[in-house]
Amino acid sequence: MKKVLALICALSLVLALAACGGKDGASEAKSEGVMTYAEYVAAALDSEVTIEAYVQAHQSWWDDKVTVYAADKDGAYFMYNMACSEDDAAKLTPGTKIKVKGYKSEWSGEVEIVDATFEFESGNYVATAKDVTSFLGKDELKDYQNQFVSFKDMTVSAVSYKNGEPGDDIYVNFTKDGQEYYFCLEYYLNGSDTNFYNQVGNLVEGQVCDVEGFLYWYEGPNPHITKVTVK
Amino acid sequence: MMKKVRRILSALLTVSMMFSLCACHGTKGLKEFEIPESFDTSRQYEISFWAKNDTNITQVEIYKKAISDFEALYPNIKVNMRIYTDYGKIYNDVITNISTNTTPNVCITYPDHIATYLTGSNTVIPLDELFVDEKYGLNGSEIKYDAPSFDEIVPKFINECKIGEHYYAVPYMRSTEALYINKTYIEQMGYEIPEVMTWDFVWEVSEKAMETDSDGNYKVNGQKVMIPFIYKSTDNMMITMLKQLDAGYSDNDGNIMIFNDTTKSLLFEISKHAKTGSFSTFKISSYPGNFLNAGQCLFAIDSTAGATWMGSKANHHDIAEDKVVEFETEVLPIPQFDVNDPYMMSQGPSICVFNKADSQEVLASWLFAQFMLTNDVQCAYSETEGYVPVTSKAQESAEYLDYLSKASPDDPDHYDIKIKAAKLLLDNTDHTFVTPVFNGSASLRDASGQLIESVTKSERRKETVDDAYMEKLFKDTASLYHLDQHRANTTESLDKKDLGKLPGPSVALIVTLIVVWLLLGGDYLYGFIIGRKKK
Repeated sequence: MKKVLALICALSLVLALAACGGKDGASEAKSEGVMTYAEYVAAALDSEVTIEAYVQAHQSWWDDKVTVYAADKDGAYFMYNMACSEDDAAKLTPGTKIKVKGYKSEWSGEVEIVDATFEFESGNYVATAKDVTSFLGKDELKDYQNQFVSFKDMTVSAVSYKNGEPGDDIYVNFTKDGQEYYFCLEYYLNGSDTNFYNQVGNLVEGQVCDVEGFLYWYEGPNPHITKVTVK
Repeated sequence: MMKKVRRILSALLTVSMMFSLCACHGTKGLKEFEIPESFDTSRQYEISFWAKNDTNITQVEIYKKAISDFEALYPNIKVNMRIYTDYGKIYNDVITNISTNTTPNVCITYPDHIATYLTGSNTVIPLDELFVDEKYGLNGSEIKYDAPSFDEIVPKFINECKIGEHYYAVPYMRSTEALYINKTYIEQMGYEIPEVMTWDFVWEVSEKAMETDSDGNYKVNGQKVMIPFIYKSTDNMMITMLKQLDAGYSDNDGNIMIFNDTTKSLLFEISKHAKTGSFSTFKISSYPGNFLNAGQCLFAIDSTAGATWMGSKANHHDIAEDKVVEFETEVLPIPQFDVNDPYMMSQGPSICVFNKADSQEVLASWLFAQFMLTNDVQCAYSETEGYVPVTSKAQESAEYLDYLSKASPDDPDHYDIKIKAAKLLLDNTDHTFVTPVFNGSASLRDASGQLIESVTKSERRKETVDDAYMEKLFKDTASLYHLDQHRANTTESLDKKDLGKLPGPSVALIVTLIVVWLLLGGDYLYGFIIGRKKK
């Protein structure tokens, strides 16, 4: 009897740990009325969605709106122009947990939550970059949309400023295995990081780099880059 | 004793005058600009120019060349350009800089925006006197380049720059909206494209295009995606529809008239097509050109200044090459309700000059602004997109006429869709219109588009769109864009408005004035009594 009890205890401990969410892979329990990532993915476009996620980054606040890159342990979300005061925007630091209510939408292939409102919750999680290099050029890449991802050994093929001069987005094309891919330094995501802006602006054709960023979509993959390591 | 009293009184009067000046101006106001007798070429000037391009590097290069050509003529003027791709961002930045007196010298803008800038004190220069100044006016005697005269600016376009009684800008480029049509697919559906497009035709064909086969593919394109009708600017859509129906939008006094029954019925019609999925907008779906070029849209309404993105052989594509389908593109004026009385929007950038403490610096700015109207700049910039030059001098120039004559689908510099779009405006300039400009007109414009965006989203979200919905939408939109407040400010209810507590400096001014007048009175009385005693 004691052996059986011990076994049950051990099993329940394992299950409890699994339920609590391991660092890698295991799903996180959601609050009542909140969708899991799988439910969010399955939700129809234009339907109302409620999600819980952790802020990974956000673009510049403006006019009581902010655009947020967020993730949970199963996937990622992009909140476009979410209603937000300037004070609250300052609190949206990486890792901050928020509950978001809005509508699922798609704009040029980018699946996002629009007309959203949010509230702060307690919890913290910062995603590590997932290497998706092997999915470049494949349909599976879309499964990682909005996630914090990395691409290894990418060769710079072109760098251009949106305006022809510094002061706005920078478009960076990389090639991998003979195929060209379009990346972007999103000016409003980069904020005041002039060092990174200058580094990207000064990339030279032929340089081989590891790249990190958020897997944004615009008529195809168009990662918003946050880190470039020239090899 | 009296000398002392008078000194004190004098000091108090000075202080009260300072208070009165402070109380009259929330921010530091600038003196009205006066045209200097002559331009001081012995001094160096550095002026800032905030420009806008359509994410088109060629346009940026044309600005740079214009600056370099101008600086060669005026070596004592250096022009520093800051480039934008969004009018809204320029507007926001100007507003932010007005309070700190750090506005640019010259700025690409819209008259709606200037109306807001004008709420500052002498912020933007009225150009009336500069236009006719003998030396530095349009094509004046001291101008070092071949500028157009006032009469050579297209009257319709220059009049759009008049706010109240004064001109506050010069037009820079003009465009209108065009209907870009997938003629191939529409003819395959058995329709013939009418000479003058009507809304009825667009709605009918759009609904027909929603038919699918047994696999769920749209019959018209064999794809899973089809949005037959996409409008880029829903602000323009609502404004133009109301104009075509002679319905209320606003008047010159700034009265808001958009919340009317015609607007409501237009929204019901639009919502009907949003419900079936036959209509969508740029904000909801994406650029009309992306869908048009992929064979997923039949009617795309966008600016003539976006013509280089339209068609199978467009100069620019945002979609992958293998997604572009072959089709013939037709370019027509936007749909009409009355084919005999067409209306379309006049749009495009204008240039304003901001006031500065140094009138010579303002004159240098004006010289540059005027330079942007010269033929070289006008022709070069207009040829980058479906713009038209704003001067008859440029429109009738040999260079421009030669450009128009060379339309070809295979020559990017003379892309036929772009030239058709420009000709559309040249042929229809008399049918263009603009909306009244007043402080708040920019918000009204935003609100008009928001009405369409809202009903379209609501139908997609399967909400009920009925009379109650419309009432709430009108109320919410008026509130969100402060149109209810604006209406209050422009009607008789202004005198009933609670203006709140008097500001501190105003209270101090009133108290000081009372004290001064009491002392003056006392002084007079004292003198009067002493005088009588002496007698």
